[in-house]
Amino acid sequence: MKLSWSDVTPQWMYLNRRAFMAGSAAALALGGQAQAQALTARPSPLSTDEAPNSFEEITNYNNFYEFGTGKDDPARNAAALTTDPWSVEITGLVERPGRYGVEDLAPENALEERIYRLRCVEAWLMVVPWIGVPLASVLNRAGLRPSAKYVEFETLLRPEEMPGQRRPILDWPYREGLRIDEAMHPLTILATGLYGQAMPNQNGAPIRLVVPWKYGFKSIKSIVRINLREDQPMNTWQQMQPGEYGFYANVNPQVDHPRWSQATHRRIGAGLFAGREPTLMFNGYADQVASLYAGMDLRVNY
Amino acid sequence: MIRDLNDRLRRVPVPLVWVLGTIPFALLVFDAATNNLGVDPVQTIEHRLGRTAFYLLVAGLAVTPLLRLTGVSLMRFRRAIGVLCFGYAAAHVLSWAVIDMGLLWGQMGRDIVKRPYLLFGMLSFVAIFALGVTSNNLSLRRMGARAWRNLHRLVYPAAVLAGMHWLWAVKVNEMAPLVWTSLIVALLVLRVAIPRTRGRSA
Repeated sequence: MKLSWSDVTPQWMYLNRRAFMAGSAAALALGGQAQAQALTARPSPLSTDEAPNSFEEITNYNNFYEFGTGKDDPARNAAALTTDPWSVEITGLVERPGRYGVEDLAPENALEERIYRLRCVEAWLMVVPWIGVPLASVLNRAGLRPSAKYVEFETLLRPEEMPGQRRPILDWPYREGLRIDEAMHPLTILATGLYGQAMPNQNGAPIRLVVPWKYGFKSIKSIVRINLREDQPMNTWQQMQPGEYGFYANVNPQVDHPRWSQATHRRIGAGLFAGREPTLMFNGYADQVASLYAGMDLRVNY
Repeated sequence: MIRDLNDRLRRVPVPLVWVLGTIPFALLVFDAATNNLGVDPVQTIEHRLGRTAFYLLVAGLAVTPLLRLTGVSLMRFRRAIGVLCFGYAAAHVLSWAVIDMGLLWGQMGRDIVKRPYLLFGMLSFVAIFALGVTSNNLSLRRMGARAWRNLHRLVYPAAVLAGMHWLWAVKVNEMAPLVWTSLIVALLVLRVAIPRTRGRSA
């Protein structure tokens, strides 16, 4: 049986390990609405047995450009985001299109804990105890038509609450996509929480994608639309810099980002002199996912 | 009024600039000791050292345009500003090599030649290093004023390269590197646009 985060780190310890940064939005969120929603999830054999990063690290080191480009901007700015009411519109090549509530997509009794490695394209790594449901269960509920070959996701567009969207640094709203076999893979989840509670705003509340063998930017946050289509969608980063970011974005130590190496990464929380770790093919999930890409040239399909 | 200000500036001891210049470093040490560097202290240290070096580079480049535009002379402090810039730049490079790259020499070497932002940064640092080690009076005497001045014109390409280093390192067009690099370009343009005037020797 796999360990749950609470077996690895008792709650009093991760809460007290370090004093929370004064005034951080994470602390605000904890004291406010988010705390009320404790989530229970059953452990999963797909979890890693590596120790997860602390709640403080996971909620204060985020790439969520909708709230600013600094790593601590989301923690500072995301508290204002309204996540209730929320609905996710499922459109395109499905039998039952429509608006679904977060509870419908990820009902409490279906929640699983998935402790996954998260490898950012910027060459750092964290381990996060996500809570969520397989994306496959959501897509099956909507009913895939045979012609559905790709899934496209879209983040909320609400510049009033997302200050980063007031500047055109990316083509808002943020969009991402997966091939249907990637979307249906058991490792791919829609997460609605972490560390036993509802998703903190800065981590992509109320519902986000997690694809652990791909660079973090594929795991789109605060999803409002899931669209099934026949042709390959364009994702935001690929549109911005097609030479640097592709559609697949599989973690691959042999294929470098044009501006930096992907051979190694730093583990967040490892300390000042921990140095770098070698990056693993498909972020360590090669056994489960390498077959999806058999015969493909991953240098071309980066 | 300007003369008055310059008179007062002449009475400011240069070592005061040295003391002020160590404040950013002291704050960094203090924040490290009190565990206040955020979730990724490696990146915080690296970036704060780099930004401080950059600000000092801009300050050093601003001395001449300030003199030509307003007549206010900070010339006495320029060497201290420059050497402080060299110190922070060296600490920035050292932090990259030791705590960011973990002294993976192979990857560091490959990265420098392959990655434009590292190449720009390293070239900039090589120039700043050359200026830093020749900043003393002995070097000035040995090299002769003309050769020394020619060498120290390397600060202009070094500044432009430092700006490109910052711009190339970020993923999207962020404000800070754009603003600071524009400032460098503006200071260099000012230098050309407002020629040196006689009587106010630099």
